[in-house]
Amino acid sequence: MIGAGLLVVTLRNIIHSAVAMMVCFGSLAGMYALLGAPIVAAAQVLIYLGAISVLILFAIMLTQAGDANLPAPFHPQVWVAAVAALAIVGLTGWAAITTDWGAAATTVAIVVNDVATALFTDYALPFEILSLLLLVAIIGAIYLARRPEEDERAN
Amino acid sequence: MGLTSYLVVSAMLFGIGAFGFMARRNAILMLISIELMLNSVNLSLVAFNAYLPNPANAGAIFALLVMAVAAAEATVGLALVIAIIRTRQTPEVDEYADLKE
Repeated sequence: MIGAGLLVVTLRNIIHSAVAMMVCFGSLAGMYALLGAPIVAAAQVLIYLGAISVLILFAIMLTQAGDANLPAPFHPQVWVAAVAALAIVGLTGWAAITTDWGAAATTVAIVVNDVATALFTDYALPFEILSLLLLVAIIGAIYLARRPEEDERAN
Repeated sequence: MGLTSYLVVSAMLFGIGAFGFMARRNAILMLISIELMLNSVNLSLVAFNAYLPNPANAGAIFALLVMAVAAAEATVGLALVIAIIRTRQTPEVDEYADLKE
């Protein structure tokens, strides 16, 4: 999975990057299943593999003019970015390793019924706010992606 | 082993995403890097949920909410990128420098 993630940011052709991203998301779904969270794994497959990957592939194919001469993939600030990213990995990894996590020995499998009950009772307000956010996102995306010619035709 | 290894994997994935966001020049690939970072946070949330005692499964629920927010973000972000590519004819973010006026 880490290899696929590295391929995502280093491959020159952006379509190859998107396919590596799908591999990365799929292996993440496997890790969720290993962690005893099958509902999260299913949501990962549905949302990321099913929706977001297809969306990104569509966007790439809409915008890619052709693969004749691919430009240099990296920004001139690539070394600064690498150092900063390594610092992030080092600090968070060090914090995770050195912290004593207490009695964190065994995994607890998630019961789907408990998740559903908690989602619609304790977390009902975030759920409703999230539905409003999705509606706003849909309207905003439609507005942004509209062609300007249709705008003039409507006037 | 256990929780720590999952957290280290999550940190590595977050670092890869941050590197991609800072180093790549393609706008769509920067969005993909943001998705990688969100996924790494999801992984750590689910790992905490599995290994630390919590009766309400808050980690898994937060992961689901983060996924929905990520979907909304990807939708709007890609619409913005497509709109700007349509006007600029290039996905390279360096070419957008004159937007700062």
